[in-house]
Amino acid sequence: MIAFVLRRLASAVPTLFIVVTISFFLMRFAPGGPFNLERPLPPATMENLVRTYQLDQPLWRQYVTYITNAVTGDFGPSYIYKDNSVAELIGKGLPYSIELGFYALLLALVGGVTMGTVAALRQNSALDFSIMSLATVGTTVPNFVVGPVLTLVFAIALSWLPAGGWGDGSLRFLILPMIALALPQLAVFARLTRGSMIEALHADHIRTARAYGLPSRVVVVTHAMRGAMLPVVSYLAPCAAALLTGSAVVETIFTIPGVGRYFVLGAINRDYTLVMGTVILIAIFVIVFNLLVDILYGLLDPRVRHD
Amino acid sequence: MADKNETILAIRDLKVDFATPDGTVNAVKGISLDVRAGETLAVVGESGSGKSQTMMGIMGLLARNGTVTGSATYRGRELIGLPPSELNRVRGAKVTMIFQEPMTSLDPLYPIGRQIAEPIVHHRGGSYREARKRVLELLELVGIPEPARRIDSYPHELSGGQRQRVMIAMALANDPDILIADEPTTALDVTIQAQILKLLRSLQERFGMAIVLITHDLGIVRHFAERVAVMRRGEVVEQGTTADIFERPTSDYTKMLLAAEPHGRKASPPDTAPIILEGRDVVVDYRIGGGLFSGGKSMFRAVDRVTVRLREGQTIGVVGESGSGKSTLGRALLRLIPGAGYYRFGTTDISGYDRSRMRPLRKAMQLVFQDPYGSLSPRQTVGEVITEGLLVHEPDLGKAERDRRAVAALKEVGLDPEARNRYPHEFSGGQRQRIAIARAMILKPKVVILDEPTSALDRSVQGQVIDLLRRLQDTHQLSYLFISHDLSVVRAMSDYVVVMKDGRIVEEGETDRIFEAPANAYTKALIGAAFHV
Repeated sequence: MIAFVLRRLASAVPTLFIVVTISFFLMRFAPGGPFNLERPLPPATMENLVRTYQLDQPLWRQYVTYITNAVTGDFGPSYIYKDNSVAELIGKGLPYSIELGFYALLLALVGGVTMGTVAALRQNSALDFSIMSLATVGTTVPNFVVGPVLTLVFAIALSWLPAGGWGDGSLRFLILPMIALALPQLAVFARLTRGSMIEALHADHIRTARAYGLPSRVVVVTHAMRGAMLPVVSYLAPCAAALLTGSAVVETIFTIPGVGRYFVLGAINRDYTLVMGTVILIAIFVIVFNLLVDILYGLLDPRVRHD
Repeated sequence: MADKNETILAIRDLKVDFATPDGTVNAVKGISLDVRAGETLAVVGESGSGKSQTMMGIMGLLARNGTVTGSATYRGRELIGLPPSELNRVRGAKVTMIFQEPMTSLDPLYPIGRQIAEPIVHHRGGSYREARKRVLELLELVGIPEPARRIDSYPHELSGGQRQRVMIAMALANDPDILIADEPTTALDVTIQAQILKLLRSLQERFGMAIVLITHDLGIVRHFAERVAVMRRGEVVEQGTTADIFERPTSDYTKMLLAAEPHGRKASPPDTAPIILEGRDVVVDYRIGGGLFSGGKSMFRAVDRVTVRLREGQTIGVVGESGSGKSTLGRALLRLIPGAGYYRFGTTDISGYDRSRMRPLRKAMQLVFQDPYGSLSPRQTVGEVITEGLLVHEPDLGKAERDRRAVAALKEVGLDPEARNRYPHEFSGGQRQRIAIARAMILKPKVVILDEPTSALDRSVQGQVIDLLRRLQDTHQLSYLFISHDLSVVRAMSDYVVVMKDGRIVEEGETDRIFEAPANAYTKALIGAAFHV
């Protein structure tokens, strides 16, 4: 088990390196640069900036410099938020994104699995039909629609909850963005759970459990659900990585000071270092969660135990 | 010992219906049966006869679209219509069940010990820790080696036979009155089959429970049951003592079933008949495991220096249990998988032939598979399925000529030529196997490798397919390599038999000699298990 974890962590290094390299060059080959603004800068200022940020050096040298600095934890200064380093920006925003993302993940997982299970147990009933319709709405309606609608109803019309901002960080401020963030994932979890639960309930060993007089609750929870959770757990990794690293749309709509915006803003503004920083952040989250999920998978399913 | 005249399960006018999109299907049409204390009652029938659904109905295990009506009383207590919580007091305690699929009947995610303990804990109370002692006893009882170690094993770590033993342990856990065994040995090799039946019988002698054996295998019934009920299309057509049913069957259906046991012999071709396909010192290795980071590759020798010479007009039966390498040998002889050794087709040395050089020869060397459901593409019409080979091997044929050949091939295998415009799922298992045979025959092959062609079929259908294969062999001077674990079919089909075990030939010879005077201990065990259960 420990050997498995170490091996996986070791293989994460080349993965990360490849991700960093590809995004570094992709970003540089995109037309424009960080200082090509709508109103062109005076040539002297431009030259000054380019020299300060060493953008006049050959690309390979910039790459080598970036990698060497990155290894020591220095991800460079942001070109747009000029007073901040990338590490500072991410360090400041990440706790907000993680907190919001964590609640959204919890809501999506618990809500989705519960709804999916209920739908599977009442297959083809009116309840199943309504849950699945809701799931379709969840996947098809984008969160830049869900967000404003939630605000309109619960913040403006009913005045139950604040329309945005982090405030004192209390739950009141989190509820609406959390729902907007969780809804599409909740729909995916509900669908996944329903499908694999229906399959699990038809398994031969479920028939065995029923034949041996085990109560319905035991048959469903102990025998069907554990197996049905395997595909759900697989999806957990990319989902957790996506939710915990923030969402540009939701954070913008609800003015949450997280890191979700940086990826989009950085890309639009050609803020090379900021984009690279968020790419590395997301890559690390994906790698770590994939590892965690594989460990969890092994605990759930003895057939794939890592020893 | 239990009083064998006391009826403990009385089934009266039991009906099982399934609601399907095409209307209601009456799977069981009002049958009546008695199960007496301590007896062995066999319920016999072919697939679709309703024999399993009768028991599923009583046990409350029907699929969602199924309903059961009528009456089934266990020691005076009506089971039909009981709410699940009430039924749960009977099933798993006094009436228990084992199933056909030992591979999937256990939950793959829990250790076997826990699964055996589950019904004990639920019916008798107490904790899993307390039940553990009883579980160890049960594992010992059903002959699992090293119970103390095996108790924490997962199902995938056990063989099929061991899993069925675990199921039996589970069935015995609460001292049942009735054990329903639904095709308990069908998925197992013959020698394992015999062991499981022996185990069931000895447990019955010791504990005195009644056994209801659901099976399609008359050989097992004859040696195992005291009374027999024959079912067909949801009805009991005949019931009586085993002796009566086998010696003095009254219904035509029972007579037909009994006669469907394969019979007849095939004469050997003359010694002068030329060799059509030869494999000398055939060796096939499989690589196991080994990924980019995991390392630890190992080799598994599936076929180990086997020599086979197939003459024109000859049928060689290749016999062995699962994992013996018999299917691998067939594929290696056709050069479908890489293997070492010398290979010859007719007078051509094909040892070094690669795919493209083999292609022109493929027309003459055909293969028919076991599973008539999986081996026909569900998205092609039957006509497309059987003429596909012609497109490759005789590309110059016109559409009309191809169609004419398809009609001829379908007629030859006894199917209506109109079948070519329909899809495989519209046909029964036996008909599908005829389609698969037509697909091979349309190319006018010289050698056909038949890989368990009858194993997925009911006995009566099996007989028809065997007759068809024999007739085709006569008409077209075919040579067969007939791979099967079913010894009675092999005896009826082949003139020469090769017995394989662990990738090697342990014995070979003329069919009669092998069956009447086997020399090797393994051959003896195999034949003993198959014919004298």
